[in-house]
Amino acid sequence: MTEVTDTFDKGPAVAGSPYEPIRAIPVRHYGRWISAVVVVALLAWLVYAFSQGNILWGTVWDKLFDRTVLQGLWRTVLISVCAMAVGLVLGLLFAVMRLSKNPVTGAVAWLYIWFFRGTPVYVQLLMWFNLALIFPVINLMPLYKNDTVAVMTPFVAALLGLGLNEGAYMAEIVRAGIQSVDEGQTEAAHALGMTGTRTMRRIVLPQAMRVIIPPTGNEFINMLKTSSLVSAVQYTELLRSTSNIGSDSTAIMELYFVACFWYLVLTSVFSVGQFYVERRYARGSLRTLPLTPWQKVRANLTTLRRPKVA
Amino acid sequence: MSVQPMVKAEAVHKSFGAAHILKGVDLEVAPREVFCLIGPSGSGKSTFLRCINHLEQINAGRLSVDGHLVGYREHDGKLYELKDREVAAKRRDIGMVFQRFNLFPHMTALENVMEGPVQVKREAKAVARERAKALLDRVGLADKAGNYPTQLSGGQQQRVAIARALAMEPKLMLFDEPTSALDPELVGDVLDVMRGLAEDGMTMIVVTHEMGFAREVGDALVFMDDGVVVESGHPRDVLSRPQHERTKSFLSKVL
Repeated sequence: MTEVTDTFDKGPAVAGSPYEPIRAIPVRHYGRWISAVVVVALLAWLVYAFSQGNILWGTVWDKLFDRTVLQGLWRTVLISVCAMAVGLVLGLLFAVMRLSKNPVTGAVAWLYIWFFRGTPVYVQLLMWFNLALIFPVINLMPLYKNDTVAVMTPFVAALLGLGLNEGAYMAEIVRAGIQSVDEGQTEAAHALGMTGTRTMRRIVLPQAMRVIIPPTGNEFINMLKTSSLVSAVQYTELLRSTSNIGSDSTAIMELYFVACFWYLVLTSVFSVGQFYVERRYARGSLRTLPLTPWQKVRANLTTLRRPKVA
Repeated sequence: MSVQPMVKAEAVHKSFGAAHILKGVDLEVAPREVFCLIGPSGSGKSTFLRCINHLEQINAGRLSVDGHLVGYREHDGKLYELKDREVAAKRRDIGMVFQRFNLFPHMTALENVMEGPVQVKREAKAVARERAKALLDRVGLADKAGNYPTQLSGGQQQRVAIARALAMEPKLMLFDEPTSALDPELVGDVLDVMRGLAEDGMTMIVVTHEMGFAREVGDALVFMDDGVVVESGHPRDVLSRPQHERTKSFLSKVL
């Protein structure tokens, strides 16, 4: 208590206006302590169960940086980033088409979203991979001609399957972002003499980004995990390469742990990046920025102690 | 009529679905005139203002700016709708100031003022920047050029909005209740800027509740109610000696 008074006395205690700081006993959160004990006990039990299971932890460690595993990891990152890029471009395009006054583009966008959002991405992947059954030859008359089987490599099938599916989701996210921008902004731009296209590009989209970015980050994290489905089209990404090793060396569960580890690393690294990007875009629109995780930990630790008079 | 009117409205009608807002508005605004529109809320004065630069499309009648129909081209007695690009081109010459400012929040004050000249008129950035600085100086905000709209008070935002409209060098300025969203002590700065514009000979149509401004600066005043022009004349006459009952009852509430 003496320390508390000390810190306060250094404060703006102007002579002539003495006021007594409130020194109240803070509310005790016994529930928090009890629940913390329960959670720790459960975790300890879980760790114990895993340590006693029939798992060769040495194998997990050995295979963690296996060359094949790292190759799979790289391919997971590659296909996720490429498919997301396709999704972003298509999403932007179809969102604008959907909101356009032109009934044809509106209908096309609606149809695209209806199909690619309405069917499982797994089915879409398989359909791209087997496209040769419908179009045996790809023939862009004067430009290009080739057998579909030769064009539709696992990577291309995976890219089209994931990218077009993602585009449908991104279209809805971008549409929500565009619609979140105040109509007065469009009117002000029109009053300056801007055309619809220029208004969209210069005024509406830059403001829509604040609403578009957070769910887009979510979509990318989803993409990192959904990309595990592309083993269906023979693209050897992280899950496929680990489970290949697993079944060869009969260390199945061990290699799933390896896969989980790397997925967690990818999503964690990206989540941290996402947090800071969002925090940056919140500038100017929020009065106080959200705390960084580190600031949060520090804030929580200080509430455990007696409060400093603030 | 020796001089061509800047704005001419003949029997202008506008409805939103079943709501009939403008029920035959007739008026003329002369060049270099400060034309004030007053009336109770819902009387259609803001809607009429928005029709002038085609933010709203009229349903009947004729509305022209500087001798050209708004939103249409007349040829062989038939009306043809203008394309998006043609409508946009016509709006360049008409500045508009909104009740809620509608500054672009992702741009600084200076960038807001530069946006029109650079993007629409294809003016060189360096030239636009110098002119934008001069305009901000004219509205008394030379030191706020680098601020974002959220860092400005309402009155400052509205003055930036006026500078933004002036940057297009319009021949007509529309003011849609420019001081209604402002704290009382900030109204004066905005009105001073508008007074300066009027002295420079800008043609202005001002929808306002500021009767003092209308009386001092206005050259003509129209009282609208229920979608029609009830009474018009010189502001001093209409405000001091209203002829119609509806004008009298409205003025008794606001003066």
